[in-house]
Amino acid sequence: MSKSNVTRRGVLRTGAVAGAGLAVPTIFTASSASAFTNEPTGSSVTLGFNVPQTGPYADEGADELRAYELAVEHLNGGGDGGMLNTFSSKALQGNGIMGKKVEYVTGDTQTKSDAARASAKSMIEKDGAIMITGGSSSGVAVAVQALCQEAGVIFMAGLTHSNDTTGKDKRANGFRHFFNSYMSGAALAPVLANAYGTDRKAYHLTADYNWGYTTEEAVRSSTEAMGWETVGTVLTPLTQTDFSSYIAPVLQSDADVLVLNHYGGNMVNSLTNAVQFGLRDRMVNGKNFEIVVPLYSRLMAKGAGANVKGIFGSTNWHWSLQDEGSKAFVQSFGTKYGFPPSQAAHTCYVQALLYADAVERAGSFNPCAVVEALEGFEFDGMGNGPTLYRAEDHQCFKDVLVVKGKENPSSEFDLLEIVEVTPVEQVTYAPDHPQFAGGALGTCNAGA
Amino acid sequence: MFGLDKRDTTLLLIVAALVALAPFLLNPFPENSDLAQFNAGYPDLMQRFVIFGIFAIGFNILFGLTGYLSFGHAAFLGVGSYAAVWMFKLLSMNIIPAIVLAVIVAGVFALLIGFISLRRSGIYFSILTLAFAQMSFALAYSVLTPITGGETGLQLALDDPRIIGQQVTEGGNIPVPSLFGLEMRDSAELALGPWLFTFNIGYYVCAIIMLIAFYISIRIFRSPFGMMLRAIKSNQQRLNYTGLNSRPYTLAAFVISGMYAGLAGGLMASMDPLAGAERMFWTASGEVVLMTILGGAGTLIGPILGAGMIKYMENIISKINKTILHEWFYWMPDGLEDAMVSIVYPFIGKGWHLTLGIIFMLVVIFLPGGLVEGGQRIANFFRGRKAAKQEGKGTTEPAE
Repeated sequence: MSKSNVTRRGVLRTGAVAGAGLAVPTIFTASSASAFTNEPTGSSVTLGFNVPQTGPYADEGADELRAYELAVEHLNGGGDGGMLNTFSSKALQGNGIMGKKVEYVTGDTQTKSDAARASAKSMIEKDGAIMITGGSSSGVAVAVQALCQEAGVIFMAGLTHSNDTTGKDKRANGFRHFFNSYMSGAALAPVLANAYGTDRKAYHLTADYNWGYTTEEAVRSSTEAMGWETVGTVLTPLTQTDFSSYIAPVLQSDADVLVLNHYGGNMVNSLTNAVQFGLRDRMVNGKNFEIVVPLYSRLMAKGAGANVKGIFGSTNWHWSLQDEGSKAFVQSFGTKYGFPPSQAAHTCYVQALLYADAVERAGSFNPCAVVEALEGFEFDGMGNGPTLYRAEDHQCFKDVLVVKGKENPSSEFDLLEIVEVTPVEQVTYAPDHPQFAGGALGTCNAGA
Repeated sequence: MFGLDKRDTTLLLIVAALVALAPFLLNPFPENSDLAQFNAGYPDLMQRFVIFGIFAIGFNILFGLTGYLSFGHAAFLGVGSYAAVWMFKLLSMNIIPAIVLAVIVAGVFALLIGFISLRRSGIYFSILTLAFAQMSFALAYSVLTPITGGETGLQLALDDPRIIGQQVTEGGNIPVPSLFGLEMRDSAELALGPWLFTFNIGYYVCAIIMLIAFYISIRIFRSPFGMMLRAIKSNQQRLNYTGLNSRPYTLAAFVISGMYAGLAGGLMASMDPLAGAERMFWTASGEVVLMTILGGAGTLIGPILGAGMIKYMENIISKINKTILHEWFYWMPDGLEDAMVSIVYPFIGKGWHLTLGIIFMLVVIFLPGGLVEGGQRIANFFRGRKAAKQEGKGTTEPAE
């Protein structure tokens, strides 16, 4: 049983305490004292590297982290400077960013949107990170990008290939250097038409999530424009490890090309199954049966082993490129870690440098100033030839590589050969292209 | 007070004090010291502590009282999040309608799943709930992409209608969740010497809701309804033979527990307006089971402790990387330093699951009643010594 004794004195006392309690927050230094979120005030600046350290993309995450550590070393003036020497903008001096030493914190995205956001939030709230970068999946990229927009920090996307990142889910504070599904389709289609002819019947197996959908759409529309016919598209669960039951119906159809819109372990398994079913030795409609993998990575090629030989795909960058920027990067990465970098490592390294350079050119860490410096920025010497950061959607436009599994690899890293460097004009699209429709950048948010 | 007996009132007041002072308690180390790594007093983690506390309290009403082990509780959390984000998209950024709808939707969903699953008990019940949760996850991840956003998660967009609220802020951005103008992400900071304490509005909103949830849970534990649930746990067959239909009671407990999960989901979305399908994955359901058992199933405060412990490990231990380890052991001779780092490394960073597993094992083996039992044993140890002193004075209690 409860007893309540309400007295005049008691009420007055409670009121006084409550009043004092309400007044207290005003004597605190409100967080809005600084001009923007996590304004660096000391002699150092903190960047947040949010990469998958566990889960299906842990290999890529580890490589991304290596690249970031290398980038930090170069920004602080250590090592051989890597791409700083070949980068067309000379704002970076190797003395940190605007004279402040670059420090970093790391987090694990686990390739889950929730975990990635929690990790990014702790970097922003606890460690005072001024910029978040990294990730190896579009779902994570989109989720963290939205978070950075709300919090008022810059997001430099890592490996994310879905159209949505700079399409319907684009944000003013987010930037993507990596290429996307549309570009893959546009670059691949002419090469495929050249190699396999224009009257092919394609069958798509697509991973059942956002990236799979946009990639299938991009490859379909590009190849259909070349005269191909799409005879079937089947969605496969992301967690699938045995694709036999999905490959068998391909044999029943009259398709003569199989497109695997799969990434990572999915692609390794589906390709292996397809080869085991003898698809590559098949003759359909008097033509040799072919397999296509729209998005390739070296780590995937390694997983699939000999099965990738002769299979076409596209990639953002490859370490065997012979331009000055790529050579410098491969050189310093190889010296430090003993093996060549992956495309994930490349895009992350470049993103870190681009951010630092933008801050230097803007003369401020303020996210809005950085956004302004990056929008419409043209640069070269970063391994992809002349590149534009388009202002309308914060997507980089550069040449796309069409690659093929190498017939006679000379080492475990030498698995892909470059078939064609598709010029940037061929993969450029209007910002309001139907595959990127919906969504709006909004305006930059400096937070606080 | 509030219709509670003295012991429960004390417990409620202790929890209230802990929760109110959490910004101080969780930031015991000065800002620039090496140990600042272990500070947990930043808004996001504090919010997580109380939100998962609510989730675990709710789970405990079902598992702790009736003994029905639901292995699919995360589904209700996920459904609640989706409901809340949809409210943000359609209605307004005020968190009240979002949370209310989250609780209602989760309740209805729990009624549906509970009605089917509760036809079985024991392991069959667990498997049924697990199946439903995995089904919800799979649906949300792919088939229902237009409603749930699929892999990317359900997000706010600038062109969402938000019919009774502000659609776009003056700055041209998506508005943030708020409670009648109080923005959830706003914080005040208090610097005392080298210490920095953060007081976040979102955290205190969650904290007040958690205290209410905790209070309701105490009332349920002490009510005749709670007694009936305990009877189900101790021997459901006997209860059935007395001519009593126990299913309405278990169903009620299941729905209440589902609504708690929905509340937690709604709050999660209110603090961070995004709902992802991973929230429904079976590992998320397993996590709440771990929280409850780690803290002490069937106790009032246990689940909150367990939730805090797991979230702390996930967010703090997982962020210690090799560089930090080298900083810790830099004073050792070179060879020893590397040896120490390689010994400790597997247990921190991405190895935090391993550490958690070991702690969980130790708790289950040595403290079957969870952390609460640990606390009780320590208390008894001191009380035992006091009692021994009193014995010396010759005031022995008669044996019964």
